Amino acid sequence: MAERLVIDPITRIEGHLRLELETDGGKISKAWSETTQFRGIETIVKDRDPRDVWAFVQRICGVCTGVHAIASISAVEDAIGSNVPEQARLIRDMVLGSQEVQDHVIHFYHLHALDFVNAANAADADPAKAVEFAEAIGSHWRGNTLQRMTEVRDTVKAIVDSGQLSVFTGGYWDHPDYRLPPEANLMAVAHYLDALEFQRSMIRIGTVFGGKNPHPNFLVGGMACTIDPNKSESINQVQIDQIQQWVDETYDFVVNCYVPDAMAIAGVYSDYFDIGASTPNYLAVGLSGAVFSGNPAESRATSAHTAVAPGVIYDDDFGTVHPFDPAKIEEWITSAWYTYEGGDIGLTPDKGETTVAYTGPQPPYTGAPNDGLPWLADQEKYTWCKAPRYDGRPMQVGPVARVLLAYARGHELTKQLVDDAAATLGITLSQINSTMGRTLARAVECLISAKALKEETFPNFVARLRSGDIDVFDSTRWEPSSWPAECSGYSFVEVARGNLSHWVTIKGGKVERYQAVVPTTWLAGGRDAQGQQGPYEESLAGNGQHPLVDAAKPLEPLRTIHSFDPCMSCAVHVLDPSGEELQAVVA
Amino acid sequence: MSYRMDGWQEPTLGENLARAGVSRRDFLAFCGALTAIFATGAVSGKANAAEVEALAAELSAVTKPNVVWLQLQECTGCMESVLRSGGTTVEEVVLNLLSVNYNELVMAAAGEAANTALDETNKEPHILVVNGSVPRADGGIYCTIGGKTAETVLKEAAEHATVILAVGACAVWGSVQASKPNPTGAVGVDQIIKNKTVINVSGCPPIGEVITAAVAYLLTHDDPPKLDAEGRPLFAFDQRIHDSCPKRPHFDAGQYVRTFDDEGARNGWCLYEMGCKGPSTFSPCPIFQWNLHTSWPIGAGHPCIGCTEKDFYDRFTPFYHVLPNVEGFGIEASAEKLGWGLVGVTAAGVVAHAGVTALRNATARKAHHEDEPLAAFGDAGAEPVEVYSGPQSKPVKAVVAQAAAEAAEAAEAAEAASTAEGPTGPEGKE
Repeated sequence: MAERLVIDPITRIEGHLRLELETDGGKISKAWSETTQFRGIETIVKDRDPRDVWAFVQRICGVCTGVHAIASISAVEDAIGSNVPEQARLIRDMVLGSQEVQDHVIHFYHLHALDFVNAANAADADPAKAVEFAEAIGSHWRGNTLQRMTEVRDTVKAIVDSGQLSVFTGGYWDHPDYRLPPEANLMAVAHYLDALEFQRSMIRIGTVFGGKNPHPNFLVGGMACTIDPNKSESINQVQIDQIQQWVDETYDFVVNCYVPDAMAIAGVYSDYFDIGASTPNYLAVGLSGAVFSGNPAESRATSAHTAVAPGVIYDDDFGTVHPFDPAKIEEWITSAWYTYEGGDIGLTPDKGETTVAYTGPQPPYTGAPNDGLPWLADQEKYTWCKAPRYDGRPMQVGPVARVLLAYARGHELTKQLVDDAAATLGITLSQINSTMGRTLARAVECLISAKALKEETFPNFVARLRSGDIDVFDSTRWEPSSWPAECSGYSFVEVARGNLSHWVTIKGGKVERYQAVVPTTWLAGGRDAQGQQGPYEESLAGNGQHPLVDAAKPLEPLRTIHSFDPCMSCAVHVLDPSGEELQAVVA
Repeated sequence: MSYRMDGWQEPTLGENLARAGVSRRDFLAFCGALTAIFATGAVSGKANAAEVEALAAELSAVTKPNVVWLQLQECTGCMESVLRSGGTTVEEVVLNLLSVNYNELVMAAAGEAANTALDETNKEPHILVVNGSVPRADGGIYCTIGGKTAETVLKEAAEHATVILAVGACAVWGSVQASKPNPTGAVGVDQIIKNKTVINVSGCPPIGEVITAAVAYLLTHDDPPKLDAEGRPLFAFDQRIHDSCPKRPHFDAGQYVRTFDDEGARNGWCLYEMGCKGPSTFSPCPIFQWNLHTSWPIGAGHPCIGCTEKDFYDRFTPFYHVLPNVEGFGIEASAEKLGWGLVGVTAAGVVAHAGVTALRNATARKAHHEDEPLAAFGDAGAEPVEVYSGPQSKPVKAVVAQAAAEAAEAAEAAEAASTAEGPTGPEGKE
């Protein structure tokens, strides 16, 4: 008989996500992905100065910090016809690139690793064996020393012995499916700590240009940070030297620590290449960090990342890449707490509308089985997250989509990395569509990004600086008087979790309409009018084979959901195009 | 229990409680209530003496303060800032100093196991840190965790909290989602928790080092940090950006950036005319800087957007206009004159700042009955601090003093008016 299970909160993600599941004989038969936070930021930016909007929408998310700001300024620049100087564009690419690496590293070590690594068990490890294990998996990280492993083992042991487990409180440490030996767990915990130190250091690339992180500053028309080799108050050789160091340490960490660790986890848990397959459709506009505005065929504002053209893949057919057409994006509200004037239809983002219409139970609702409270999944609508579709299909976005698109488009480095990993792990290309495949794709992509930062973006910036190019701002379109009376623009950005687009209409110098279609919206949305599940739901209940051994310790579905790197604050956003205030209809 | 356990000076909870003046009798009564809850699931149950003693012994031996670190309606930028702190690092906080039993971003457990960790920690004395605002509209449907509204989650966690830190603009004032039209009715922590002092660590996000220092302060000192009128710790928020800004000499000399990336910008001149909110913003950005002292917003050429101040998304926008929404003090008008770089006119600008901040502080202080901020340049009622203002510094001081007195009067009037309107809502003006 089917049993019901609720997991709320899903932790080690950004924001508030809840899962309701039905299981049958240790397998998941049904799944509902439920986003339980709504903030209404797009409503708030209406009638604001378009040059300010980046600072509002940036606060959609502080984990993928900066990406919404870049999408926003690019969309506004597209609308008002601002031509951003090349150096400013390269600076944005560096900020975005370093952010993406930081985000992937944090995800792997701090949000995802504890699904596979038994931190408590590290207390029992022999530090010398941990060093040997690191060597055996090809990790050349400088932190792999006996002294460091001993130090970390003692720290973990002190915590376990004290009985105050801090962030490890309530972890599923006695779950039978933690498979790593103590020394591997110890190495992983040591790298968990090293990764914290690493990200603190390398994120300063963004601080140099944006003044702070999280939430660095950006500017419509370019960047506010000046560059001038001969001025102390501008970015000069002193910062160039620092950035060189951080770019090098970024590459070092990714190559010598992150990638070997990800490969090791993938090897030990290789059955997860057959678990968690989601919708077999993929959408990306290029490699990670790609930014473009306007018509993808004749883009007028393109980032430095142009190696892979936008494209769409259907039904795991990697031999055929379909051209990307923004007009085929529609958002559905079949399962979300909104209404459309036209009923249960799909709307393109430029015509998107949202009227809050909450029909769920009044809180509290069920937090644990048998608490007698109502379930959200008992009703047709059960989430704040809309359901985007492309050409009527749910799509996977993110590292997995970008890596598969790049592979299908023949991007050489991607092909080489994927082929090597597949050979080592004994998997096929279509097995990348899986829980472990998404985690592997993220590591592969992180390596490509770190390499691009080190070998392309930063050197290009320095080369242009050497040739005297120090302009970072287009002042000709700063004043609203220089804008058309009414104009629209949009931009697509490939950010850590996938394809992000912002859409803006400006009228009389103010924001008339604003919409964002966000990676986690693509992935976390619920069912549409055709009954198609969203990608999270599909990954858990697509084939009825997803394991869940012990409902009290739902480690397996956590592995799969975490493989998407959920970012729920990003997922939910609202615009009321009619300009009327939102109305909540509470059932 | 109503005692305050403000510092963690002794090795164990038992010793700390003793130090804080909690009698063994009170402690046993508390433990008895806990035992009853464990035993019967309800507070009314009666526990036997042995159970109470056993629990008391266990609790007394706790060696690190337990922490509940909530994330309500927010973007996780504050936790990311914590991850970046180079002061007391996050690993030090989480592994050595404190037992952070509940924080959704980093904790291992999920679902029921997470809720159990939260419930168990809530029952004992703990430090409560809150990121994010509380949406109160429509019965709290806009943010739920474990099926409960954010408001319920907050109240349950606050009940036995010994110290409450509201961290980040959302937790302090509601921030971006509370800006007009505030569709979800978002408010800050101290709008909900009225019976305990809430330490407001403001900023969007706050500097990582400031967040971790606010926590570490509790472990180092006997008392919580001294607070300003807005509940912000003075160790970080006693100075206006304008007063500690390294570009201040350019302001005084009338050297302004006129367009981004112009010669003035490349020379590091003052961003006042580009809309800098430094003159109205209390924040340690220029002092501590960001990300291991690498840079800070103004240092990287962008005007301050005033993210440590209340309702900055409404009061300080448009961001690129010179100090908007500050009516009656003629600061916009004076900006153009300031640009001339005439010392005498600079004095007029300073007077305007003095008036603005005097009004702000006077009303805020009345509302909060808290420690006043350290007298900063131009504050009403305080002797203006010596600040270099060119060869005519004496006349400037005289003008400032007079303006301050006038502003204080105006503030009294404004205060009287605003009190009549009741509590300040998200759209309230100060």
